[in-house]
Amino acid sequence: MTKQNYIRPLDLKHGRVDMNHGAGGRASMQLIDELFARAFDNEWLRQGNDGALLELPAAPAGQRLVMATDGHVISPIFFPGGDIGCLAVHGTVNDVAMLGATPLYLAASFILEEGFALADLKRVVDSMAAASRAAGVPIVTGDTKVVERGKGDGVFIATTGIGCVPEGRRIGGAQCRPGDVVLLSGSIGDHGVAVLSQRESLEFETAIVSDTAALHTLVAALLAAVPEGAVRCLRDPTRGGLATTLNEIARQSKAGMLLQEAAIPIQPQVEAACELLGLDPLYIANEGKLVAIVAPEQADAALAALRAHPLGAQAARIGEVSDDPQRFVQMATRFGGRRVVDWLSGEPLPRIC
Amino acid sequence: MSQHMKYVDEYRDGDLAQRIAESIAAEVRPGQRYSFMEFCGGHTHAIARYGIAELLPPSIRMIHGPGCPVCVLPIGRIDQAIHLALQRDAIVCTYGDTMRVPASGGLSLMKAKARGGDIRMVYSAADALKIARATPEREVVFFAIGFETTTPPTALVLRQAAKEQLANFSVLSCHVLTPSAITHILESAEVRQYGTVPIDGFVGPAHVSIVIGSAPYEHFAEEYRKPVVIAGFEPLDVMQAIRMLVRQVNEGRCEVENEFTRAVTPDGNLAAQAVVSEVFELRERFEWRGLGEVPYSALKIRPAYAHWDAERRFALDYAPVPDHKQCECGAILRGVKTPTDCKLFGTVCTPENPMGSCMVSSEGACAAHYSYGRFRDIPVVAA
Amino acid sequence: MCLALPARIVALLDHDTAVIDLGGVRKTISIELTPQAQPGDYVIVHVGHAIGMVDAEEAERTLALFAELAAQEGAAP
Repeated sequence: MTKQNYIRPLDLKHGRVDMNHGAGGRASMQLIDELFARAFDNEWLRQGNDGALLELPAAPAGQRLVMATDGHVISPIFFPGGDIGCLAVHGTVNDVAMLGATPLYLAASFILEEGFALADLKRVVDSMAAASRAAGVPIVTGDTKVVERGKGDGVFIATTGIGCVPEGRRIGGAQCRPGDVVLLSGSIGDHGVAVLSQRESLEFETAIVSDTAALHTLVAALLAAVPEGAVRCLRDPTRGGLATTLNEIARQSKAGMLLQEAAIPIQPQVEAACELLGLDPLYIANEGKLVAIVAPEQADAALAALRAHPLGAQAARIGEVSDDPQRFVQMATRFGGRRVVDWLSGEPLPRIC
Repeated sequence: MSQHMKYVDEYRDGDLAQRIAESIAAEVRPGQRYSFMEFCGGHTHAIARYGIAELLPPSIRMIHGPGCPVCVLPIGRIDQAIHLALQRDAIVCTYGDTMRVPASGGLSLMKAKARGGDIRMVYSAADALKIARATPEREVVFFAIGFETTTPPTALVLRQAAKEQLANFSVLSCHVLTPSAITHILESAEVRQYGTVPIDGFVGPAHVSIVIGSAPYEHFAEEYRKPVVIAGFEPLDVMQAIRMLVRQVNEGRCEVENEFTRAVTPDGNLAAQAVVSEVFELRERFEWRGLGEVPYSALKIRPAYAHWDAERRFALDYAPVPDHKQCECGAILRGVKTPTDCKLFGTVCTPENPMGSCMVSSEGACAAHYSYGRFRDIPVVAA
Repeated sequence: MCLALPARIVALLDHDTAVIDLGGVRKTISIELTPQAQPGDYVIVHVGHAIGMVDAEEAERTLALFAELAAQEGAAP
């Protein structure tokens, strides 16, 4: 790392982001050197260029690229089980992995609000660095801008990721066929409820924590356990929840789905919190779960592969793709009736009625 | 360790549901049709969410009544709330249910918020009071909607505001009354003229009844010769209540029965009733969306608490706003038409773009049908 | 109007407020409308207030009624 001549180091305990940090001059360089580059430290950042020159794996693995991007504006930025930083890393790693790609590199862009505490920024950045390292996906380039007080919400982070996909792999929302099996890697609603619990000062006997996690090794384990083509689609049910994700896939595949409510894993306290708040867990965000639509003859092997991995221990078979030109996602309720699980309309707002 | 929800999970048992369903199927008389109105929006939601319709014999039709306070909230009242936020610079606190209701000028509370109105969603009236204490330099108005269940918490908050002499807090009261609504339906022109909506009985509201008790319903049973069964909120309660209604109809009885004995008593919650009558009095008339003006059907704040009455404080006028010409919310709320009878349903009017309040609230008949039951409309193609 | 749930009172904070537990989730609510509520009692909670008490005996009786039905109807093939 190039040493710059800074009169004194950043005050990471009590200092705050100010407009100089975004101006592109010495203050900007110092913020990058002493905070970002120090935390993310790798060969690309050490070169100090505006972009990163990347090697791709040799053919056939490196033949085709996947790129994904995500903006993160979550509030509060620190929540039980995570923060905006690790969320940003996991979110983009997961988007890349959901196309069956091996995530390779990340870029991270920060919009900082004037007055944001450097101690909080350091906490976020350190968390990102740890998440990036644990996932094995380096942050190779980035950018920082500062907006005036009142024009931002502390910090917004945008991450972009690239990965490579072997030739012949076509995993996507339009690939599903009637008869395919719908698998879910674990319990729903954890992340959303963990975040809401901060806002609504709900207390839990055993704390509900966000499930934020990088899922690429789970995906790799799944893909290794079944023949190519058996996994039709992978998606992580983030904003809008499981219901939204399944409706998207149904629309893309021009098919319907039939789910079994009793089979959908949910922690009792998440369920209780949703009851208390008047929310439907099907529409609550998850940040460490995936939906896998697989060929019926491979469903058992796929489920076993998910369950064998620590992030998929609670994986379950929750339904099937059906032949429905109306593309309804239907659900057999625990009660014995049937209902449609529709698109989310607007934000899930808690009800009094 | 299973942390189930006691007094909740037991009443959602699928096997018992099957048994009750079989029992209902055995009791309905061949060739006879039964139409029951579930008055309470929570029951509409439960029926939809659990797919109870599937479990009932085809001869039973459930009609969704106007028991959803958001559905019957007239556009003019939401306009008042929006006016307070956008023109009078007040912080308007509201329950989440009202945020998306379409109002005049293409606005809703949510859209007004996007335009800069300081509109905040709260879980309880007490939260609004907290906001008022925290921002003494701003006027804070609590947009109070709901039936008798929700009224006592508002009354408590008004009493507290008076006790503290809180200068910057007021309440816009749109609280409405259940018995008046039921009477209005039974007296509506269509029902008397055509007898086309033979409502054979009512599933009485669960939580309203906790507050007002079962006694007020005696009136309907006697005056109008209609059985009422007060039902708990869980799906087994609803099914059991339907069974009890079928039995009453078969036996020619018109009584008030209470299925929800674990929470409803004949007198109700006297402490809650007392605080409500201390703070509120009857309005002579109040517009209900879809039902027009209904006499003695809503509450306003008593003179003793006038200082905290937003209508007085801000000298608010009420301007009724008619619905879209083709919107059938009114007929649907009276049980005269179904969602699919409305030309706008599912085409122009959807949960994303609600034209009327039956679509906005998830308990409105149209939203419930759209979200949970629409798949049943698709005709089975005959071989 | 309707979204209300039965929850167990676990602690009284003062004569007006209590902590309830529903399925392991705890929340502070007002018991001003049910001043007789004691720890161990079940109350029906609506918009942050207890609006009524749950009568445990009646609850059991209702469930027993359902179960009776189950026994009767279950006998049929």
